[in-house]
Amino acid sequence: MQSATSSFLARFEGLKSRLPGDLDVREAACERFGATGLPSRAIEAWKYTSLKPLAEISFAEPLSDASDIDPAHLPGFIALLPDFDLPRLVFLDGRFRADLSVLPELATVTNFAVAPRLGPFREGTLDALNTMLAEDGAVINVDPGVDAGTLLLVNLAQDTRGRPVAFHPRHRIRLGAAARLELVEIALGEGIYLHNPVFEIEVGDEARLTHLRLQNESLHAFHLASVHAQVGRDAVYDSFTLTLGSRLARVEMDVRLAGTGGTAHLNAAQMLAGEQHGDFTTCVLHQAKSCGSRQTVKNVLAGHSRGVFQGRIEVARGADKTDGYQMNQALLLSPDAEIDSKPELEIFADDVKCSHGATVGALDEDQLFYLESRGIDGKTARAILVRAFIAEALEKLTLAPDSEAVIRAYLDARIEAGFERIAA
Amino acid sequence: MLEINNLHAQIDNKPILTGLDLTVPTGEIHAIMGPNGAGKSTLSYVLAGRAGYEATEGTAALDGHDLLTLPPNERAALGLFLAFQYPVELPGVGNANFLRTALNAQLRARGEPELDALQFLKRVRAEMKRLSMTDDMLKRNVNVGFSGGEKKRNEVLQMALLKPRLAILDETDSGLDIDALRIVADGVNAQRGPDFSALVITHYQRILEYIVPDRVHVLAAGRIIRSGGPELAFELERDGYARVIADAA
Repeated sequence: MQSATSSFLARFEGLKSRLPGDLDVREAACERFGATGLPSRAIEAWKYTSLKPLAEISFAEPLSDASDIDPAHLPGFIALLPDFDLPRLVFLDGRFRADLSVLPELATVTNFAVAPRLGPFREGTLDALNTMLAEDGAVINVDPGVDAGTLLLVNLAQDTRGRPVAFHPRHRIRLGAAARLELVEIALGEGIYLHNPVFEIEVGDEARLTHLRLQNESLHAFHLASVHAQVGRDAVYDSFTLTLGSRLARVEMDVRLAGTGGTAHLNAAQMLAGEQHGDFTTCVLHQAKSCGSRQTVKNVLAGHSRGVFQGRIEVARGADKTDGYQMNQALLLSPDAEIDSKPELEIFADDVKCSHGATVGALDEDQLFYLESRGIDGKTARAILVRAFIAEALEKLTLAPDSEAVIRAYLDARIEAGFERIAA
Repeated sequence: MLEINNLHAQIDNKPILTGLDLTVPTGEIHAIMGPNGAGKSTLSYVLAGRAGYEATEGTAALDGHDLLTLPPNERAALGLFLAFQYPVELPGVGNANFLRTALNAQLRARGEPELDALQFLKRVRAEMKRLSMTDDMLKRNVNVGFSGGEKKRNEVLQMALLKPRLAILDETDSGLDIDALRIVADGVNAQRGPDFSALVITHYQRILEYIVPDRVHVLAAGRIIRSGGPELAFELERDGYARVIADAA
């Protein structure tokens, strides 16, 4: 089990004098990570997800530097990037590429390497790993009252001449009171690598952040992401995560509804095939009155793939009029696919509405025959039903009118390509 | 023209159709009447190609094309349309999109040019106007939250749009009130013409007052046991299936 862990610790020793930011926080994270290493399935929160395939790999530091790759030699997969005309922050192997980026006009953007800020220190192993090794990331600020429009956050990745690499971007997004931002995050890559981003998000009072995450990593890659969001009074954090790529993915979302009337949407869809493993783990903490949270998580699983959803809702004392909803559904396209679903509700307040549910099933034969009897071939009929199954998780997503059509078209194209792949 | 010869079919190894012969010439509307369990729905599913309904012997051809070896979508492209007894709900699938996908799939299969969104909308609106339907049905998900009558109307709309060579109406009258029945019947009658034929499968004579058939066939125990003109439907209504079946034996 020690291969990946020791490569991370060794890298920290080698790098630490050059890493930006507070070294004490990094040392503490190193101590935390070194004490346990990568989490094992003996830990309750990791019961359904084994990091064994990752643990056996020794990861190197990416060789690519901010300056040493000619844009003309970027890998072919960037053709998958949407070509629409929107500001974008592009990272290659976790490092900011100013030359490929187009800065937004209405948001202030810098990068972590220039303005490092770590902490508060978090206990989770993935956080500790990131805190120990974070080199770069996006730091985005939207001033109070400003609608910053749509911003793409693109992460391109590739292994270095066949050597597995790991990178740990640290993103920090802050919206002032009544500010708005639509962040469209796209992860693409080739080869074997570990992408281990941490997002620290603050949504100010009456502000609204739409966070669309399109994970389309290399099928040999590992994607271990943590999102921490704090949502203010009457503010909205509206997220949708689409997991298509990577051999093993785990997304941890932890959202704190800290002000009265806040709303969080943690919706997701996973489309997996082969030996892919996709884990969507959430924790929503209702700390204030009259907050709402919605989680609709859809899994489309083919081959021997495995989907995991662990959703925890905690309602603190006094957080009355809480409205929490959680639904996990799986469509199994193969008898060998598997879904694990673990809802957890912990409620310390009165006058609370919280519900959860889970369903598992195959495609409906009656529906398929109905479509086919109208002239639609079997494969297209299945694609229509899969798309319809996912639609419910997508329909809550609010997009800015200016970019809605292009973003939805891109999303639809990715889902269609995802279906083509898993149906093959 | 639909030609069925000596058709045998089974479900789960249980024989349901036992040597059925039937010819529906183009331009004619035929009715198939029969008691419960006679094989009426099985006949429509075998012709439409539903999985699990296995033809073990005999032939069925539409305009000379063998149907039984084709997947359901290719039968549809040849011009076969099945109006369902219980139209299926498709949550998350918009009706307009569904209709256009179906129409274009058939056009493509026949090597005809497909319709873009605008051309389609124009076409579907014209059909809806003819059937006195409102646009609102296009915006909803396929059959979701539709009343029984609305579902049947949606079937008729699909038929009008897809312009089949042969429509099979599988107990389309079940659960319909008189007004809805009339709308369905008007929809079928509007298609009547030298290039259209229909097979109206029903338990009751009532729908045949609105869709007057050229021929009526009695299906019992998996075979056609008697055929006649429209008056046969009234005889069945008057004397009951048991008597007609006993007389035929």
